[in-house]
Amino acid sequence: MTLKDAFEKRKTDLNEFKEKRRKIRPFIKGDDKIPEGLYEKCPSCEASLHSEQVKNNSFICTECGEHIRVRAIDRIYLTTDKYSFKEYGSDYLSKNPLNIENYEDKLRKLKDSNGINEAYVYGTARINGEKCVIGVMDSYFLMGSMGSVVGEKVTKTFELATAKNVPVIIFTASGGARMQEGIYSLMQMAKTSTEIAKFSEGGGLYISVLTHPTTGGVTASFATLGDIIIAEPKALIGFAGPRVIEQTIGQTLPEGFQRSEFLLSKGFIDKVVHRNDIKPLLGKLLKLHRRSDA
Amino acid sequence: MDTLKNVEKIKGLEKALSELLNSSDSDFETLSSFKEIEKKIEKLRVGYLSKLSPWDKVKLARHAKRPTSLDYINHIFGDFIELHGDRLFRDDESIVGGIATINGKAVTIIAQQKGKTTEENIKRNFGMPHPEGYRKALRLMKQAEKFNRPIITFVDTPGAYPGLGAEERGQGEAIARNLFEMSRLSVPVLAIVIAEGGSGGALALAVANHVYMLENSIYSILSPEGYASILWKDSSKASEAAEVMKLTAQDLIKINIIEKIINEPVGGAHEFPGITAENVKEAIIEFLEEFEDKSNSYIIKQRYNKFRDIGEYRRLSDLL
Repeated sequence: MTLKDAFEKRKTDLNEFKEKRRKIRPFIKGDDKIPEGLYEKCPSCEASLHSEQVKNNSFICTECGEHIRVRAIDRIYLTTDKYSFKEYGSDYLSKNPLNIENYEDKLRKLKDSNGINEAYVYGTARINGEKCVIGVMDSYFLMGSMGSVVGEKVTKTFELATAKNVPVIIFTASGGARMQEGIYSLMQMAKTSTEIAKFSEGGGLYISVLTHPTTGGVTASFATLGDIIIAEPKALIGFAGPRVIEQTIGQTLPEGFQRSEFLLSKGFIDKVVHRNDIKPLLGKLLKLHRRSDA
Repeated sequence: MDTLKNVEKIKGLEKALSELLNSSDSDFETLSSFKEIEKKIEKLRVGYLSKLSPWDKVKLARHAKRPTSLDYINHIFGDFIELHGDRLFRDDESIVGGIATINGKAVTIIAQQKGKTTEENIKRNFGMPHPEGYRKALRLMKQAEKFNRPIITFVDTPGAYPGLGAEERGQGEAIARNLFEMSRLSVPVLAIVIAEGGSGGALALAVANHVYMLENSIYSILSPEGYASILWKDSSKASEAAEVMKLTAQDLIKINIIEKIINEPVGGAHEFPGITAENVKEAIIEFLEEFEDKSNSYIIKQRYNKFRDIGEYRRLSDLL
């Protein structure tokens, strides 16, 4: 490829990217546009649900109340005030440092189908009028796994909040560290935790909201480091995955093991909160921690 | 094909040769030709060892005779006083901690401990800590900070234990808390991977100013078996996984994840544990000297910068 070709390719890439973001943005800003005639199955009770109805019900199953996994942009729509979200760092892209076959293709496809570049989105927003920096993991993007980009963006989330002197809210949903990036992914656990420690020392408030599923390296780093930790009902939250534990101990796990309610009773989270009650609660907490100098 | 097997064969030959040399009262000519053969074998041996594949290193790192943390601690420090318990739940024997001196200077030691026999391994839970192990480590690190003692950690674990009790008592939180707290410690922290550095369970003792690795140790996001099983749905492809994972000391120093490789004798640390321990000791002393005059704020900042910079990504805006 000549230099000119390479330059042209980059230009095309960037235009495509801009086009995609343009398409996504109205959705984030709260225009209720959703492709018509789509049905989906509730992952819990398996009822056939009309997508629009599910969306209007905050992605909670209208039959059984299951909190269905939410895409990052929908979560932002559900949680922040209309037109208040401003995305930062949307142009971070993963590399393939271990040269894993098909990894780049996989990322490209996910980018196309999800309209986001990586498994984590962050930016400034208001929640019931209160300023904050919000970050959201997207479990539809490679199981929300954390590689270099997610690690860097989570770190940037706290740096942005420091610069703006506002609290951080992060919604987690992740299978853990991203295998395709090997040791780099492992190191993101240290990197994010290191940044949070610095932020915390500066007096910053960090609220983490754990959603289904939050496991592995994300649980063992920023997910469990919130000053206040909230979880959605029945979310799977743990370090080791249930299958790994079952293999290790040679028995099946008890009902409700590693679920939000279990963690609440063991003392590892502050509250289990229904999806519809999260926004008002966050609004109140932000107001309580409002800084006079912000 | 199998480099380690070849090394074993060569070692057998060497042994036979040295027996011959010792026992026979051969004339000068035979003796000198023996010496020639010996030189050739040595050349072969070094040649083979330089060709150790990542998978060979995985096997060496897990070698049954490989020295464990306590072997190093006892050799290097001598006057180790062990301290037990997390003050919350129980004493986790897969992590050993305490105080010792080196060059007349007090340090806090925290080490993951594997056993050598089945009995020992059960006692040490195969070097796989529970949350209370990490909380004991954190308690001792905070104590070290209070009394201004540098901290030396020895990393040797397949990973944090994935069990019922471990989950119930917050394995994830315990690891996260260590990463968080270690990053702000005002005393120098040195982590040495002596054999197996497996996943978050290893990292929870390795948010250090410097991370060193023994020549034939490994440090990775997951075991090669687990990696192959997740990525290719086939755990028998572990040796291929080891090739791509960048888990050897030689790979990791190239990408600035670690600062130093500590040499092992030819054939691995277990061949001459005393020599290996001396090499480790030298590295520790150099580290302590380097950080002796450093201010608390420098120590925290240097550690912060080390981890802040790790990551491989690009930005679309950089491409313009």
